[in-house]
Amino acid sequence: MDIMLGTVAVDWKLVAAAVALMAGGGLLLGLIIGVVARCFRVVGDSRVDLVTELLPGANCGGCGKAGCRDFAKSVVSGENPPGKCPVSTREQVSAIALALGVEVGEIVPKKAVVRCSGNLFTSDRVAYYKGINKCSSAMLVGGGPKLCRYGCLGMGDCARKCPFGAIEIINNLAVIHEELCIGCGRCAAVCPRGVIAIVPAAAHVHVFCNSPEKGAQKRQVCRSACLGCGKCVRKDPEKFELTAGLAKVKYDAAELPDMETIEAVGCPTGALATTERHRLAAKKEAAVK
Amino acid sequence: MNKSSRDVMTFKGGIHPADSGKVLSENRPTLTAPLLERYQVLLCENVGKPPKPVVNVGDQVGKYQLIAAADGFVSANLHAPTSGKVVKIGEVPGPMGIPAPAIEIEADGEDRAAELFPPLNWETADPKELVKRIADCGLVGMGGASFPSHVKLSPPPDKKVDTLILNGAECEPFLTADHRLMLERPRDVITGARIMARILNVANINIGIEINKRDAVESLETLAEGTNVKIIPLKVRYPQGSEKHLIQAIAGREVPSGGLPADAGCVVQNVATAAACTDAVMKGLPLVERIVTVTGEIVCRPGNWKLRIGTPLLEALRLAGGVTEEPGKILFGGPMMGFAQRSLGVPIAKNTSGILLLTREEALRHRATSCIRCGRCVQGCPMHLSSCLLATAIENGRWDLAQQNHVMDCIECGSCAYVCPAHRPLVQLMRSAKMELRKRKK
Repeated sequence: MDIMLGTVAVDWKLVAAAVALMAGGGLLLGLIIGVVARCFRVVGDSRVDLVTELLPGANCGGCGKAGCRDFAKSVVSGENPPGKCPVSTREQVSAIALALGVEVGEIVPKKAVVRCSGNLFTSDRVAYYKGINKCSSAMLVGGGPKLCRYGCLGMGDCARKCPFGAIEIINNLAVIHEELCIGCGRCAAVCPRGVIAIVPAAAHVHVFCNSPEKGAQKRQVCRSACLGCGKCVRKDPEKFELTAGLAKVKYDAAELPDMETIEAVGCPTGALATTERHRLAAKKEAAVK
Repeated sequence: MNKSSRDVMTFKGGIHPADSGKVLSENRPTLTAPLLERYQVLLCENVGKPPKPVVNVGDQVGKYQLIAAADGFVSANLHAPTSGKVVKIGEVPGPMGIPAPAIEIEADGEDRAAELFPPLNWETADPKELVKRIADCGLVGMGGASFPSHVKLSPPPDKKVDTLILNGAECEPFLTADHRLMLERPRDVITGARIMARILNVANINIGIEINKRDAVESLETLAEGTNVKIIPLKVRYPQGSEKHLIQAIAGREVPSGGLPADAGCVVQNVATAAACTDAVMKGLPLVERIVTVTGEIVCRPGNWKLRIGTPLLEALRLAGGVTEEPGKILFGGPMMGFAQRSLGVPIAKNTSGILLLTREEALRHRATSCIRCGRCVQGCPMHLSSCLLATAIENGRWDLAQQNHVMDCIECGSCAYVCPAHRPLVQLMRSAKMELRKRKK
């Protein structure tokens, strides 16, 4: 056959047949799809879409559901009150409640606390760890490089997981930026040492230590650990309790400790602090070195 | 067939570590360590449930006396390494980095033996009695995993076991403890093999030895003549001593994914376990000592020592004359699969085959770079896994992909990380995935 186009004989009948076949086939299939879409249509609840719109869309899982849409479904079905979303502000929650005509539900704002103050300079290390820079991986190598078996490993598994960027690693210690944290609990779930606790957001003073060991043992490995001296408990038994060498803030007490309490107690190691102080302490050490 | 030209068996995959370092200690006869003042016998040394202490602080114990009894079927007895007083039952630095419970015994210097079990005639004794003796004497797999031996020797009745394999491969570089044992106690190894074969009621006994231990192969071969014990020379290749690969090389069978050697009709035991089995049955001696290789370029007198269980790492190093320079890393086991230690107080256990000291240069870890997809890890993997693809999946948290690609079959031999030109921490990635998947299964 001649390659030049001009001399190729075109069978117009064949072209017309092909076009007709394709068009007809397309039309037929489109018709089938259209009919099926009509007959088997799943009627969605428009309220779910509405609530999903009103939710922040962070998909943090702080409500205990798989994501915002899943939470919206549970709100519409009445399983959860809209107030259970930890990210939404009071106004946003009220808007959802208004749209659905339900109760707002109790809102207890939460936040995360890293119960460890052993940073690069105050806590001791036992080994040079040069493996994968993840806490969960470091735990596989002899339980991690830190001498304290309960403290923060500071490789940022929690910071990588936080959907709000509320965790910063300063000198091998995770610190929380309170204003960003909404207490969804993803960091607490991922921490291999279980250092992170979820507490009521109203509390500003915490004990930044998690080790149940004896005070003398802790002192050998960390200079900012709670020694379990009981100074805080003696000063204010309403607000603190002592369990197994570790002071704890009574978060369910009527009155929570504040800055004044810290001043009055005078914790010998500084384990009793506010989140802000905790963050600044980690930074201050860096400035000294 | 000519001995030098005969075929040596092996498996597919694996690596050839360049300098095996065995020359440091393989020609030094085993020495017996002097009695120490204190021994710390770890309770959690065997796979399975840790045994329960049956002595109290302040009790006088004799050598070989039972100090902790097996708690359940998959658990092993512990015996006192010397006579003396129990001074502490508490935590000591453990071989896995975390403190582990142990019984501390202060030696009285007399080394007086408690009452031993009566010797048995293995050729006439009831196999059940033999298994009971092995359980009584606290035998565990001495190759590394320390799985209680009596459990391995009682396979479930639905699994038909027809082959017993003794593991004398010792494929880890630097270690020579099994090599010395085979040279010094060949008769006990063969007797131990025959005792185990009698228990399992199998006629097919194989002892697999890598051909870099030619003297051991020859001495065992002379003794095995006229018996049903076969000595199988194996190619020098890591990880030849892995249970699954030994079965592949010797019996030509493959252990199914997630299965046990019994699924392939085999039982594998270490040669040191076989020798300990002979002691237990014929002399009634519980397992309280083992041969440990103390080696490394920087060790003054590398060699093999018969150490009692519970000897602290520091004392073992003293026997070897100390070090010439500060070590970069101290490992329990060989360089491929050994565990780095963080304290000199860690006591040796029944499964500690070696103490290896690496120099700072040897312990140096290169910076990991991106995968260049050269596929060397895939070639080297004895389990035929695609290590590089698995690593990428794990790094991205795709546990489902890792599971689909059989990360659970990884034996953590370290071949992939050894050959990786990008120095990627492949074994650690596999381990973290295995840990994560096990956690999710619960």
